[in-house]
Amino acid sequence: MVDGALVFEQFFNGIQLGLLLFLLAAGLTLVFGIMDMMNLAHGSLYMLGAYVAAQVTLWSGSFLLGVSVALPAILILGICLEAGLLRPLYARGHLDQVLATFGMILFFNEFVRLVWGPEGIEVPLPSFLKGNVVLFDIPLPNYRLVVIGVGLLVALLLYLLVTKTRTGMLIRAGASNREMIQVLGVDINRVFTLVFGIGAALAALAGALAGPILAVTIGMGENILIQVLVVIVIGGIGSIRGAFVGAMLIGIIDILGRSFLDTFFKIFLPVNAAETAGPAVASMLIYIIMALVLFFKPQGLFPAKTG
Amino acid sequence: MKKTLMLGMGVLALVFAGPQAMAAKAKKIKIGFVTTLSGGAGVIGKDMRQSVEIALDHLGNKMSGIPVEVIFEDDQVKPEVGKQKTEKLLSKDKVDFVSGFIWSHVVLASRNSVVKAGKFLIISNAGTSKIAGRLCHKNIFSTSWQNDQVPMALGEVLNKRGVKSIYIVAPNYAAGRDMVAGVERTFKGKILGKDLTKWPTQLDFSAELAKARAAKPDGVFIFYPGRATNAFFRQYAQAGMTKTPLYSVFSVDSLSLPKLQQAKLQNVLGTFSTQFWSPDLNTPVNKKFVSDYRSKFNAYPSHYGAQSYDSIMMIADAVEAVGGDLSKMDAMRAQMRKAAYPSVRGKFTYGNNHFPVQDFYLRQVVKDGSGNWTTKIVQKVYENHQDVYAAKCKMKKSW
Repeated sequence: MVDGALVFEQFFNGIQLGLLLFLLAAGLTLVFGIMDMMNLAHGSLYMLGAYVAAQVTLWSGSFLLGVSVALPAILILGICLEAGLLRPLYARGHLDQVLATFGMILFFNEFVRLVWGPEGIEVPLPSFLKGNVVLFDIPLPNYRLVVIGVGLLVALLLYLLVTKTRTGMLIRAGASNREMIQVLGVDINRVFTLVFGIGAALAALAGALAGPILAVTIGMGENILIQVLVVIVIGGIGSIRGAFVGAMLIGIIDILGRSFLDTFFKIFLPVNAAETAGPAVASMLIYIIMALVLFFKPQGLFPAKTG
Repeated sequence: MKKTLMLGMGVLALVFAGPQAMAAKAKKIKIGFVTTLSGGAGVIGKDMRQSVEIALDHLGNKMSGIPVEVIFEDDQVKPEVGKQKTEKLLSKDKVDFVSGFIWSHVVLASRNSVVKAGKFLIISNAGTSKIAGRLCHKNIFSTSWQNDQVPMALGEVLNKRGVKSIYIVAPNYAAGRDMVAGVERTFKGKILGKDLTKWPTQLDFSAELAKARAAKPDGVFIFYPGRATNAFFRQYAQAGMTKTPLYSVFSVDSLSLPKLQQAKLQNVLGTFSTQFWSPDLNTPVNKKFVSDYRSKFNAYPSHYGAQSYDSIMMIADAVEAVGGDLSKMDAMRAQMRKAAYPSVRGKFTYGNNHFPVQDFYLRQVVKDGSGNWTTKIVQKVYENHQDVYAAKCKMKKSW
């Protein structure tokens, strides 16, 4: 039953899902790692990015314009949130931060309902993104190819930023030992604002890209946030490389589990039992992987903190 | 002494006479309506509430000359909240009827509170097999359907259209599994594969669509309500599967179609689904309901709305039959069992389990005169169809 073409296509789908998760995880892992800050509202920035991009697309008719407005808009919002709301929370415990950012989730969900209503909005795609490219008899959706392209490009840019620039050096230093760079006279607040801003912009990009595949609705951020947290835990908090590997791993494992687990169970279980167990185990699979990683490498695959 | 005695007698007389005098005619008829008003599913509750408003407009806000008040409560799609709100309606607002309920799990949690309070429960949507079967009750009526009937009708359609093989994709929760069981019960062709997806969080169907395409079925059967509808249709088109016909239940309706049209998902046009009702169903009551709804709210009502309209009309009919004397529960029940009220679906009857025995239709998505997407009835699939769970209900049909 399982043929090569299908496996290839599912890998493609897994990579696409993984890259979407990476865009969210990259920003959030830095906020966790460098700022030592629990930010549950990252999903809200993703949702707002999707809404702004969708709205501008509807007004202007250009999806590209929608994305390019959403990015700076959410970047600015992120910077304002960091400076206005989150900064007083750094000195407090994680529980306070969880409470405050959870409150932000509720606020932004209600805000979206007031502005856009409960129905959610739809983003019409330009026609050149609607079709698909046929490769070895497999139609690969153009839009998913674009998501993969953008995701890889962002990964490359982040890699260059973090490893080749002075800003990146500060970010890495902040992730591995915050006190030390403060002692060395670096204005840590500026690094924090920068990191949070980058994270917000990446979340907005992920939201804008996800809009035309999934649905732009209230609460879309909370759904994906759980998967993103799994990615971060697997990759190691504060590590962009970890976020990339973790996201790829989760994306591919999730898709392959959904695709082939029931077929696999049918080898040794009765058909009915396999059809029940397949989807049930597939939906747990990423958490099982997370538990395994935590057991063997409690710091994640690529821990950023050394001290 | 005498004075006190007189006073005491007077009070006694009032105490005894009071309830009877009150019972003869209620001053106000209170209906508690539990639905979902917040979150993504709030759009369903909005449609139901607007349809109740249309029903009240048609009744002149009066039943048997008595003013009517409908109190809406939001269940947040949570069983515990639904139960709490139901109890609040019964004990604090002292409602005479409880109606509404979109979700099977919410109505199951709230059922006992209404039954214990000795009031009528008129279910406007949730078609759970339990209440149609073992948990049926003399004071519970449905103005919708039992979940399985709609996919069973679709299975018949597939047989009639000569569809030899299908692939099934549905969410992995109670209603999703019911829908799959329903279509499997009647479809005689081959089921090439079946995927149950995580609900409600999974909105990416790339893996399932790739499997469905590889299986090369004649058609794909889905059940994806709410925001998942658009995500599925969109990804279906992107995956290049538009040549494989898509058959759906409870996914393409008046609530999802405007959004599907907004997203320009042309592949939705022409797709088939089954239902007991459609905005174009040709009955006098339905024509009036749909046209008044459209002129007031500038949108098509959905089946959720049609069922809510019927719930209010059914209560009104029972209240009229007893001249507003709400203490006559038996007489009201007898009237409800006749299904004599002006229903949007035309004439129908009630089965022994108080679920409608009614017709089901095949509907197709078309453009109306002004270019809006809507559903149109193609043919009748089932005539006077009764759900399979009625046999499990202990009530006997005596009407």
